[in-house]
Amino acid sequence: MSESTRPAVPLLELRDATTIFGSGAQETVANDHVSLAMAEAPPRLLSIVGESGSGKTTAARTLLGLQKPTGGQALWRGKDIYALPKRDMHAFRSEIQAVFQDPYGIFNPFYKINRVFDLTIKKFNLASSRQDREGLIEDALRVVNLRPPDVLGRYPHQLSGGERQRVMLARAYLMKPKLIVADEAISMLDVAVRAVIMNILLDFKEQAGMSTVFITHDLSAAHYLGGDIMVMRRGQVVETGTVDRVLQAPEHPYTRLLLDSIPSPDPDERWQDDVAAIARLEEEAGVAERDVVTTA
Amino acid sequence: MAITGKDETMTDTSTASPKPATQPAPARPTAPTGAPLLEIQDLAIHFRSARGVARVVDGTTLTIHQNEIVGVAGESGSGKTTLVEAILQIIRFPNRETHGSVMFTPRSGPKIDLMKTNERQMRRLRLNEIAYVPQGSMNSLNPVARVGDQIVDGMVDHGLGKREARDRVPGILERVGLEQRVAKLYPHELSGGMKQRVIIAIAISMNPSLIIADEPTTALDVNVQRKILATLSKLRDDLNVAIMIVSHDLPVHAQLVDRIAVMYAGQIVEAGDIRSTVKLPLHPYARGLMNAIPSIGKPRERLEGIKGATPSPLSWPPGCRFHNRCPHVMDVCQTTPPILAAAEPGDRDTGDGIVLVQPGREVACHLYLESTPKEARPQ
Repeated sequence: MSESTRPAVPLLELRDATTIFGSGAQETVANDHVSLAMAEAPPRLLSIVGESGSGKTTAARTLLGLQKPTGGQALWRGKDIYALPKRDMHAFRSEIQAVFQDPYGIFNPFYKINRVFDLTIKKFNLASSRQDREGLIEDALRVVNLRPPDVLGRYPHQLSGGERQRVMLARAYLMKPKLIVADEAISMLDVAVRAVIMNILLDFKEQAGMSTVFITHDLSAAHYLGGDIMVMRRGQVVETGTVDRVLQAPEHPYTRLLLDSIPSPDPDERWQDDVAAIARLEEEAGVAERDVVTTA
Repeated sequence: MAITGKDETMTDTSTASPKPATQPAPARPTAPTGAPLLEIQDLAIHFRSARGVARVVDGTTLTIHQNEIVGVAGESGSGKTTLVEAILQIIRFPNRETHGSVMFTPRSGPKIDLMKTNERQMRRLRLNEIAYVPQGSMNSLNPVARVGDQIVDGMVDHGLGKREARDRVPGILERVGLEQRVAKLYPHELSGGMKQRVIIAIAISMNPSLIIADEPTTALDVNVQRKILATLSKLRDDLNVAIMIVSHDLPVHAQLVDRIAVMYAGQIVEAGDIRSTVKLPLHPYARGLMNAIPSIGKPRERLEGIKGATPSPLSWPPGCRFHNRCPHVMDVCQTTPPILAAAEPGDRDTGDGIVLVQPGREVACHLYLESTPKEARPQ
């Protein structure tokens, strides 16, 4: 979304993507005319932030080819992701990779970690010999700071959450994708490990030229990563821009509320507002907490 | 807040984003003034398993005073949840071994060791004296019962007449900032923050003297988390209750608690008043935690995180349990376990620079302990 040089055809693009779940009274507009474009080069970090239910995961799933929008378009190199011929689909999958939130649920507990890599290598014909294969895996593990003997031959339950998430990043790296969509990839991890995961994404960008679309509810993570930011609320994009601009001078009241609500680690900066005052801020930002009665 | 180099001041004055109106934490005395309410003394909770003894909580000492908010921080696997489950005697796991004591002072009657109570005595204490908000409990509300009835259930179960219990509901809802009509709703009709407030409503329904809340703000949106913190803080003032809050999130503690205890590998490695602990964490693990927090407004620089993974409770490392992840490991750390004690006041070399340690800090680290031979420490 940077105004500078935008190549003719972006690598990945949403054009007014709209996704409606249910119908009639039950209708939920998860994405309401969401647009974004990620060019192939230069590599770029885009954070999509918003509260739960803001539609950020739906946007991520739409980008990944997992959730066909009910309106608008999702394009990969100018082609409709949801009408790709098989051959293109294969190429799309190898260029766009995903890392999800739950590093526990993503693994099949019955198989060793190796299988995650073996399946990928086989499916995409990444290696011609056993030696090649082992080289690739070791290479990918090294990039995410894991020692092969600590991981290979072990079962998912023997690894920590941070290690598993790094395995998923290594798996994505194997494919040398152009872009990674990371959906809340750090929210289930310990604070001390979050920085490690974000550093890997920064390395991917700086050293391997990979872009990341980083879905998070945590503005301070978006700040740490830098690049661009897109703030979503109730299915709509309310503010976009560079992280530095948006966090220094937020224009939308909802962005301000999110920013003001990050707890400061300094006990000398304690909030003083009571619940009613915070509720008024939420009202102003259009995210008043609702039960069914108020919604109806 | 970060100790970046030698002798650097701890104040972070960089300003970038407009900050909401904040003020320093109320100047509560650094030492607690209330009478001791809960005294955890050298508590250990071990589980015998086929693979050996898991020493999940292993020698924990912590006191919570009346009307005080105490935070317990630490990463997953550090024993935080087992510690609170042990206090409430709700660990059902077989092959459990308990050492040490947890003395609780009820409103009337003598002190009682919670580790030696039977189930009947414990039931009398739960909710009446000690209320518990388990992790993720907002998702465990009964989906087919109205919220008001669920609040009544707890009270009736703990000795109140049904009528009296019903009469109390409006007042309780008001205390936690919920509208009266919420009593008639079902859990699925509420937002996450409202469900969490219902859980807190149940916790305060019998006017306990202690609320133990395990990760009460985790998985909530930041603005909702902020309201929960405001609610808890107000309850302390309104109800004269003490709160023990378990959270992996240091900024949450910074916003709410008076004192904090940092757990690592089943033990408390640092304890003290929140301001000095957060501004100048002494234990290298606590410092690592602080330095891992990305902070808006600070210049963007790479954070290190803490290297390595949490060790297994089946085989804690010998000596200091943090030594194999510690950037300042010394010879003594590999053999002699440091015991939580008062840090020796004065100028100390933290490995990252010289800091002035004020009296009253407690830490389990050879860098600061008087009991550690001088020649074993950095000169």
